[in-house]
Amino acid sequence: MLTLLLILLPVIAAVITLFSGERLAKTVALIGGLTTLGLAVMTWLQFDPAAGTQFGFKYAWVSSGGISFAAGLDGISLVLVLLTTFLTPLIVLSAFKHDYKKPASFYALILFMEAALIGVFTATDAFLFYLFFEAALIPVYFLAAIWGGENRIKVTFKFFIYTIFGSLFMMVALVYLYYQTPGTHTSEITAFYQLQLSPQTQGFIFWAFFIAFAIKMPLFPFHTWQPDTYTESPTAATMLLSGIMLKMGVYGLIRFLLPIVPQGMESWGMMAMILSVIGIIYGSIIAIQQSDMKRLIAYSSFAHVGLMAAGVFSYSVNGLQGALIQMLAHGINVIGLFFIIDIIYSRTKTRFLDQLGGISQSTPHLSIYFMILLLGSVALPLTNGFVGEFLLLSSVFHYDGWLGAIAGLTIILGSVYMLRLFQKSMFGPRSKWVEGFQDLTASESAVLLPLVIMVFWIGIYPNTFLKLTEPAVSQLLQLVNN
Amino acid sequence: MSASLLILIPLLPLIGFLINGIGFPNIPKSAVGIIGTLAVVASFVLSVMTFNAFVASGSETLIVPLFDWITVGELNIPFSFQIDQLSLLMLMIITGVGSLIHIYSIGYMHHDTGFGKFFAYLNLFLFFMLLLVLGSNYVIMFIGWEGVGLCSYLLIGFWNKNTNYNDAARKAFIMNRIGDLGFLLGIFTIIATFGSVEYSEVFSKATAFSVGDPVIITITLFLFIGAMGKSAQIPLYTWLPDAMAGPTPVSALIHAATMVTAGIYMVIRSNILYSLAPSTLEIVGVIGGATALFAASIGLLQNDIKKVLAYSTVSQLGYMFMGLGAMAYSASMFHVITHAFFKALLFLGAGSVIHAMSDEQDIRHMGGLRKKLPVTFLTFLIATIAISGIPPFAGFFSKDEILAHVFEHNKLLWAIGVLGSLMTSFYMFRLLFLTFFGTFRGTHEQEHHLHESPASMTVPLIILAVLSAVGGFIGVPAALHGSHYLAEFMSPLYEGARQANPEAFMPTELSHTEEYILMGISVAAALISAIAAYVMYVQRGAVPALDSHEKSGLERLVYNKYYVDELYNAVFVKPVKTLSNILYSFGEFFIDLIVNGAARLVGFLSGLLRKTQTGSTGDYVFAMVLGIALILFWKLLL
Repeated sequence: MLTLLLILLPVIAAVITLFSGERLAKTVALIGGLTTLGLAVMTWLQFDPAAGTQFGFKYAWVSSGGISFAAGLDGISLVLVLLTTFLTPLIVLSAFKHDYKKPASFYALILFMEAALIGVFTATDAFLFYLFFEAALIPVYFLAAIWGGENRIKVTFKFFIYTIFGSLFMMVALVYLYYQTPGTHTSEITAFYQLQLSPQTQGFIFWAFFIAFAIKMPLFPFHTWQPDTYTESPTAATMLLSGIMLKMGVYGLIRFLLPIVPQGMESWGMMAMILSVIGIIYGSIIAIQQSDMKRLIAYSSFAHVGLMAAGVFSYSVNGLQGALIQMLAHGINVIGLFFIIDIIYSRTKTRFLDQLGGISQSTPHLSIYFMILLLGSVALPLTNGFVGEFLLLSSVFHYDGWLGAIAGLTIILGSVYMLRLFQKSMFGPRSKWVEGFQDLTASESAVLLPLVIMVFWIGIYPNTFLKLTEPAVSQLLQLVNN
Repeated sequence: MSASLLILIPLLPLIGFLINGIGFPNIPKSAVGIIGTLAVVASFVLSVMTFNAFVASGSETLIVPLFDWITVGELNIPFSFQIDQLSLLMLMIITGVGSLIHIYSIGYMHHDTGFGKFFAYLNLFLFFMLLLVLGSNYVIMFIGWEGVGLCSYLLIGFWNKNTNYNDAARKAFIMNRIGDLGFLLGIFTIIATFGSVEYSEVFSKATAFSVGDPVIITITLFLFIGAMGKSAQIPLYTWLPDAMAGPTPVSALIHAATMVTAGIYMVIRSNILYSLAPSTLEIVGVIGGATALFAASIGLLQNDIKKVLAYSTVSQLGYMFMGLGAMAYSASMFHVITHAFFKALLFLGAGSVIHAMSDEQDIRHMGGLRKKLPVTFLTFLIATIAISGIPPFAGFFSKDEILAHVFEHNKLLWAIGVLGSLMTSFYMFRLLFLTFFGTFRGTHEQEHHLHESPASMTVPLIILAVLSAVGGFIGVPAALHGSHYLAEFMSPLYEGARQANPEAFMPTELSHTEEYILMGISVAAALISAIAAYVMYVQRGAVPALDSHEKSGLERLVYNKYYVDELYNAVFVKPVKTLSNILYSFGEFFIDLIVNGAARLVGFLSGLLRKTQTGSTGDYVFAMVLGIALILFWKLLL
């Protein structure tokens, strides 16, 4: 029941926001987001990692067909729900500084998005998963298309085509799997785990899932929609896309691809791994020379997600646990960094590094927050990024020494582009664009402080979250190895 | 010694960092200095207490678990500390020299607006450095390893309005990260091989391996890449001379006495692994020897007082690795200790000179400072004698011990070492004479301003001078009728290595006579150079030519540091930037083209997909909803 409530609460909040009028909308949305977070934390406190999928519900949807409206939480779902509910109120709050037109719709869409994301992460029925997976696209599409930058129409269109295209592959795969289930057919995900598929079929399904999820994350070479979309979208939409939505792709790999087609993994995993590793290096190298800060972070995010995927394709406990903890870390860091760029942009009206410089001279607080998030992003030990990157790289290295060493270049390249970003914006002589730059306001600090606390929490005591996901991950690996 | 007190050793500097960092700039300078310094001094006192308790309790290795840090599957990485001979020696150096440098900084940084920030960073550095040496496993060492790198970055670029300083800071961080990748891969291989990262477990399992096992060689090589980055060895040394952009106390503490010796610490810590990998040791020795000589030769012609000392540091670190290569672990540690004393002293002395000279660092504009800065001069003189290897000062004993071991191991490397000493002594005395002797060559304004530094700066100088003078007596060799306390103290560290590779630990075959001859040669080399420098720079009063002056080919090559920076720029930095631009402007375009083309092809082949290619977003949403509805509808009818 709690799961149903977790999905419904943001919907209700969204509807109230929609009707609360222009002035109240943002406050209502924030309260809605915080309430959902409160509920998620309550769920967490009652959660027993060892007890499998909990707080579930199931309503017959297409009664004769075995398709049901069913959802529940295991450790993997829970950490992603926690991430979603933690980040959503911060995304809402981060938008407070802007005077968006039609604020009620704007904030309502964020909450609708939250509901869809929670749905994706908790659905235990494959078609329900698909429904939410698609539904999540709609709010973020409108956010980008209505409140985005100059090229928004062209860019969001490309984004839309790409993801729909990928989803169709998944649809085909899901329908096929559904018909393979015995008896009156069922679309329960766990039923798919039991299927005995021929190696050849597994290969097809592998690629169908791969393309669908690879586009969402995105993985190389399906990423060309991403930098433009991240750059053109309003920051709130960029945060939703990068902080949470791309995790749908990684989650899909873990929930569907690994356990359903283990033999497909065996035959094609290496290729997927290589694509992931290429993405890491490719994205990192492009990030090195970017001048637009938003685009720089977009490419860095692309590189990071490549490493998460590589960890998943290593199908080892290190890789999966690393991917899960890195999803949390990446969500936190990337949202913080996009927010800081938004702050700089709204003060200076530029995002270009060659026009910036010397901001830190008047902004001790901004500098510290920026530095900490940056350190998280470059995986300095005791920050959140380290735990994930350590586990992921070790898993890739054990999978294949050379690939591991190549993927490891990310720690060098990451520091190259991130320190350049910091130096060119914060240090050096003060540029004329940053004259009169004010340090953080209270509401800006209110967004950044929780993020930074999480940077250290995950960095210093990652076992809080690793312990949550451990049983679910080892169960999954058992399926894969059988 | 209870565990809770032990935790305070790294915790106190962390608390100091938090107070001064969060309080900046609201805490008054006087309080900042006291808080920052007190944190370290208290940490030093605790370290001494721990040391005494350790010796009193029969030198038992102590492991203090704090909590489980990362637990994944079979792998558990605890956050825990290990107290043994090695960590204790490092603790004493770090907190001891650290305390002196904090006191010195109160005077040196007094006028700086970032005073509070400076002390916060220094404290943070000590926290990470202490983690590095206290950790009971490789991953905790790695926390410290990267943490000190961060602090080094922050402190090199401390005056961050200056773009050159920022570039130097970034270079240091990135170059260290190259090494760190090696370290990380080493850790991964350790996990794969031993299933643990805890020293106790790894080392006890390592005894089962035979000498020259490829896995052990791989691990040690990976770890050594890390050491090359942190301890500035060829080819990863070019960041260290640039790191002199930071305030001088930083150069003394981080870039001379402590952080850069982390690589040596790592090898000694892993001595059992290295003792099992003779081929790695050969590489370590050769790289050390090459670095020692190469850096010393650059030092001969530098005119920036800090740059000379920086190259000297690179060179001295090379000696330590040479020693490690000959498995003279204790001798290298001995040199770490004495080097910490005299090199910290040299940097602090240089700082005192720079302070007096109104931020002038070029020795061509100095001269005759001994009258105006008597304390600085005398202490600098002692350090110069110590580093040159002239008895009975500290450097003589430690360097001589390294060279004796290297001689037994490899005569050619020994010759390189002696040649390096010859150069060391020359560039150091050159530096001393040009700075403190002759006539003053600076501006009138500078001359008017010349003054000896305040007590907060000279007292640390004096203490370090005493240590540089007598510090060598902890390791007087048997040939000089001494008992080598240090070697004896450290001996239990090699228990495992001795078991695993007994041949490598045979007692020395050198007779006392041979040892005397070796000592005689290196002392003679040092004295000859000192005299040559005296003749050139004091008797003849030579002053290095200005940069505008035409130089001969070889001179130009050395003066420009063999153009290594330019080489790296051309081979690594520029190509990566070009690649980045190409990938962005062309790569992305082509991928887009290919992926979209492939999509069109699929669309063409598939009627279902073809319908989705209408180009109108509305149609897509419609198609999607319709699709879902159709399927459900269909299912309902069935």
